[in-house]
Formats: sequence, C-alpha cells, structure tokens
Amino acid sequence: MPAQTLPQVPIKKGEPAYKLWIFEPGWKGELPLILNPRQLAEQKRPAILPGHRLCAGCAAPIIVKLASFAFRGPTIVVNATGCLEVATTIFPYTSWAVPWIHNAFENAASTGSGVESAIKAMKKTGRLPYEHVDVVIFGGDGGTFDIGFQALSGAAERGHDFLYILYDNEAYMNTGIQRSGGTPKFAWTTTSPVGKVLPGKMQHKKPIADIMVAHRIPYVATGTPAHWLDFIKKVRKGIEVDGPAFIHALSPCDRGWRHDTAITIEIARRAVDTCYFPLWEWTPEKGYMLTDRSLAIARNPKLKQPIEKFVEVQGRFKHLLKPENRHLLKELQEWVDTVWEDLLRRATNAPK
Amino acid sequence: MGKLVALTGNYAVAYAAKYARVDVIAAYPITPQTSIVEKLAELIESGELDAIMIRVESEHSALAATFGAAVAGARAFTATSSQGLLYMHEFVHWTSRARIPAVMAIVTRALAPPWNIWPDHSDFMDQRDAGWIMGFAMDNQEVFDLTLQAFKISEDPRVYLPVMIGLEGFILGHTTMLVELPEQEVVDQWLGPRKQEYVIDGKEPLALGNLAWPEDTEEMFMEIQKAMDNAKKVIKEVDEEYGKLFGRKYGGLIQCINCEDAKYFAVSMGAWSGDLIEAVNKLREEGYPIGVIRIRFCRPFPYEDIWEKVKNSKGVIVFDRSISFGAWGPLFTDLLTGLYHYTNNLPIMSNVVAGIGGVNITYNDFAKLLTSFIETIEKGDKPPVFTWYHKR
Repeated sequence: MPAQTLPQVPIKKGEPAYKLWIFEPGWKGELPLILNPRQLAEQKRPAILPGHRLCAGCAAPIIVKLASFAFRGPTIVVNATGCLEVATTIFPYTSWAVPWIHNAFENAASTGSGVESAIKAMKKTGRLPYEHVDVVIFGGDGGTFDIGFQALSGAAERGHDFLYILYDNEAYMNTGIQRSGGTPKFAWTTTSPVGKVLPGKMQHKKPIADIMVAHRIPYVATGTPAHWLDFIKKVRKGIEVDGPAFIHALSPCDRGWRHDTAITIEIARRAVDTCYFPLWEWTPEKGYMLTDRSLAIARNPKLKQPIEKFVEVQGRFKHLLKPENRHLLKELQEWVDTVWEDLLRRATNAPK
Repeated sequence: MGKLVALTGNYAVAYAAKYARVDVIAAYPITPQTSIVEKLAELIESGELDAIMIRVESEHSALAATFGAAVAGARAFTATSSQGLLYMHEFVHWTSRARIPAVMAIVTRALAPPWNIWPDHSDFMDQRDAGWIMGFAMDNQEVFDLTLQAFKISEDPRVYLPVMIGLEGFILGHTTMLVELPEQEVVDQWLGPRKQEYVIDGKEPLALGNLAWPEDTEEMFMEIQKAMDNAKKVIKEVDEEYGKLFGRKYGGLIQCINCEDAKYFAVSMGAWSGDLIEAVNKLREEGYPIGVIRIRFCRPFPYEDIWEKVKNSKGVIVFDRSISFGAWGPLFTDLLTGLYHYTNNLPIMSNVVAGIGGVNITYNDFAKLLTSFIETIEKGDKPPVFTWYHKR
C-alpha cells in the first residue's frame, strides 16, 4: 500500500492555509468563489477516502467528505464512538487522509479540548510544525445529544477553538437502531417499537442546535448533504471563527429510517422542504439567519411541503400513514409548524 | 544544590509538575486533591509555569483532555481522588491501552457510600488492572521525587505507558514537610522536552483508536505486558540516575528497611509505612528479627525483588489499606500468587487489612500486630491468613 500523505501547503503568517473556491452565482460573502464543483473535487483531496465500510446509502461519509472540502490546512479529526468510527478505521487500515483520534463515546469534545490546548502549548514553545492546526470533531446523535452532551457543553463554555460536526441519524444506529435524544416523535426504533400500546417514541427531538446557540459560541449552523454548497460554506465559517463552532448535520440512515439506499439525499432534501429540518446559521452578531432552501421557503411559503412528504418514504414512520393514526401525523405536523414559525420569528433575515 | 522548602504533599505534586515543565494540565476539583490544581493555577498565574490549564467540567473529561493533549505531543498532567478516579475509570484504561505517556497524581481517599473523605487505598487499588505504572509515596519528598520520575518513566520508549502516583489524602496531601527542590537546569538536562515518534500533530494521517480484530487486539495488550516488564528495569535505572543527580535513591520498586538478617518481614505501601518502620525499629531494639519491605510500585508488581528478600524468612505479614471484598487485601493476594512461582515451601503468610475509611493506625497498633504475628509462629502455631484489624 502506498504511503498516504497530506497535501503540503505552505502557510504564510496571518493567511488561511489555502483558499476554498466555491461556485455560487451572485454570492458576495467573505469567502472567495470561482470555478466549479468539479474543479473543487479535483483540487481538494477529501479527508475520507474510498474503501471504508459504512453502509450503502449512508450519509455520514458524504457529510465528512463535503466538510473536508472546507478544511483549510493541517487538520486533526477527533471522532466519538459510533458508525463513522467503527466503519472507517478497521485495523490496520484507515480511510482517513488526515490525523484521526477515536476516543470513547462521551468525550470527543474533551479530547478535542486537550488536542487544541496541546497545539497552543506547542505553538507557544515553538514545537508546532505548522502555523496552525485545526481541530474538527465528529460525533453522532448518541455521542452529542445524550452521552457526550456534558463534554460538549463544557468545551463550548471553555471556548476552545474547534468545530464540532454532529452527524445526526436520529438513533443509536451503530448498536442497531435504539432511540436517542435525537429521535423524532413517533419514530419506530428497536427500543421504541410500534405496537398496540405505543406508536413509537413518545417524546420530541431535543433542540440540540438551539441549545448550542444558548451557549453563545461564535458560530452555530444546521446543514444537510443535500444542500452541499450551503454545508461546505458553513463548515468553512465554523473552522474560521475563533472559538467553538457547532454544525448540526442531518444524516439519513437507510438501515434505521428504513428507506431505499438510493434516496438518502432526496430524504435530506425533503427534510428541509417540509421544514422538519430548517437550514440556518447563528452568530452572536446577526442572530438566526435562514439559509439556502429554508430562506427561499420563508420568502415564498408556498414552497413548504407537508410533513407527509418526509414521512412517506421512511419505514420508521409507516404507521403514521394508517387512517387510524391520522391524528399522530397531525400532531407531528403541528410540532413542525410551531418550531418553524418560532424560527421565522427569530430569524433576522426572514420577511416580516 | 537545591533548596529546602516546606510543602504539603499536594504542593509537592504541583511543584514536581512545574519542574517537569508540563505543557497541559486538565483537572477537576475534588477533596482532597484540590490544592494541587489550585497551586498549579497559581504557578501559571504568577508566570512561574508556562502551561495551559483546562478547567474541565468533570473528571472523565479531565483525563480525556489530558489524553488528547498527550496524543498531540504535549507533556500532560492531571490529578484526582476517589469518586473522581472512579468516574474517569473508563479513560484510565483508555489512556494506557492507547500507550499514551501521561502522569496522574492520586490523592487517595475512601470510596462512598457512606460519604467519607478520609484516606485509604481503595480508589488507587481499584485501578490495578488498567495497565498504568502505579507508584506510591511514603513522604512528601518522595511525592515530589516520584512524580518527577514518573514523567521520565512514562516517556521512556521501552515503556510508553501512563504513570499514576499515589499519596494519601491529608496524611501527606495536607501535611507540611520539608522537601528539597532541585535546580531547574539539572532537571531540564535530565528530563528534556517530551519526544515521541508517533504523535498526532497534523503531519501524518495517523489513526489512533481503531476497531481491531481479536488477534490484533490481543497482540497490542501482550505488548503492554512486555512494557510492564521493561518498566521494572526502567524504574530502577531512573532511580539510580536520580540518586546520582539529586542525592536520593530509594531502591527501585521496593524499599527495604532492616532487611539484612531479618527472619520476619512486614510488607506495606504508602504513608503508614512510616509508622510501621517506627514500630519495627522499636521491635528490633527488643530483639525481634524483623524488617520492612515498602512497596513503591505495585504495577509492575515487584515479585522478584520481594522474593530475593523473603526467601529465607519464616513469616511475611502484609498490611493492606484496601480490600477486595470477598477476597483479601490486593497487595497480599498479588504477593502470594507471585511468590508461589519461586517455591513450593512458602514462608508463613498473613494478611492484615486495616485503616479503611481513614481509621488511624498508629505505631502502637503495628507493634501489637507484629509481636503477635511473630510470637504465634515462634510458638509453633499458624497465624490467621486474613485479619480485618478494627479498633474503636
């Protein structure tokens, strides 16, 4: 096997490692933009390479790949226990083209804090081989909403400079589809089975990204692999801010959501179209800002799709389509509407 | 040479970390460890120590952040006690099984419930299967020396294992004694900055913490067992070097007092060995042929060293300040199994568990227990294999 090497990019003092070029007509943001997606893929080596053993149709490696297009130079990835970890680094192989540390389930953010502090300490004493090194942490919903939340909240409060990317497949998929704090109401999982007594999980999803906003860290955003330009841009912003950044990425899971492997991206798109998973970013200066498709929906509410569009293609929700369960679907729709309207009230760029 | 200062055991730990020029400290407050972190924060604030302190939100994160910093190439340090140590237990195993050099001070304290902040060795001994090198000090000078040596041992390429150093809470932790501090330049020359071939600093796509198949996993753990064997040699070498440079040599994995011509041996670990040594000195004056073997490192366990001392003895009594419920004191069971390898004709072995929950064991208690042990054997009787010595 040939040795894997990182692209060596000389960094000048005070400059980002290298520019990311994104194609988006008419965009006037801070990031430079030219060229096209093909060129982007050709120029940037993704952090995750082919050969990993994640399932066909899994969104997690797509999320990692897209995120890594926004990496700006030497980057250390910290990975919480989960599908992404077990399936990408089966000894003696690794699919990661960047340095990668798996720690335990609940402490990706703590280990990330340690790595970041070491980078600072090494830099201070002239022992760091680079001008700077970025720390990007990947955690699933279990490792973020539930068992890893204390570590994440602590690291955010302490203000370490890292980007935490949550790939949220809405249940403990690695152990076989058990409900988590990220599982939506009425979803079937193996620990919230659908039967005569209960129609799946009985609680709503925890608003994790809003909880991170409440920490008032420099940058929080949501994203999906379907809205990939939006996502890459957000990852880049998250890396560039000084201090903690958090991105909540929806990661459809065909095994757990019981959908066809070919429609992963379509489902992510429908999640946004139905406003089940709105796209936004938040900064302390500008507050909530809708982005991409969600901004378009805010401007033209006719684009908003009913929640059936998201539910109908997933086996975990199939009981909601039965006539006797109409009221459950209605309840889910009402919840989505309430959260969406709340977001519209808060979003500074939503039409009033 | 160095200078003499009055330090509590906890401050001695903090000063050792300072002399080692640690880069990153991640810690969480817990009685009776807290004054270590407080002192380190003070040293950083006054500019005496150029390090980054992460004030984590839990002990689990304390060790996880220490681990993260060490993986990225920094010299990393943490300290804890009791419930905090148990809370980070998952990561105690993680750090050693990942072969990451780091140093942790354990200011030992009883385990709850009932809630109890007094010292015994229950928290420390609970970690003995984790793959850490485990040293235990008797006085504050040794606390300093051992903590400083721990960095050297941990970072030795033949070892690459984390080291935990035990000291009893309050008895050493909060008690002031004279400690000789060395000259920083000499320490710098001897220890140097941390170097390791494999650190994750952004240069190479190393992956650490992979999923591994059973055979690979087992081989990695067999390497830890080998590293433990190597550590025995390294600990002795470091003890020798340190003795030459700083004038204090302890004898490696064990320290022997009054061992020449002894027919009986008392084995112990930690601060109460001081009282035990006093008792033995008194008994020597009264004509009892007894010596003390003080265990300085219980992982790797010094089977060979102890066998060398006790092979011609008539009886060995082991004092444990922790208990493996349903079995006996852990030092005793370890020693018993280890010595059986050398002989089919063991000396008479007896275990006393005492001082649990911080019960104060004095020099008089030791003298009473030792005379009773020796006289029972001299009469031709066999003392009980296990006694839980309790007084009120």
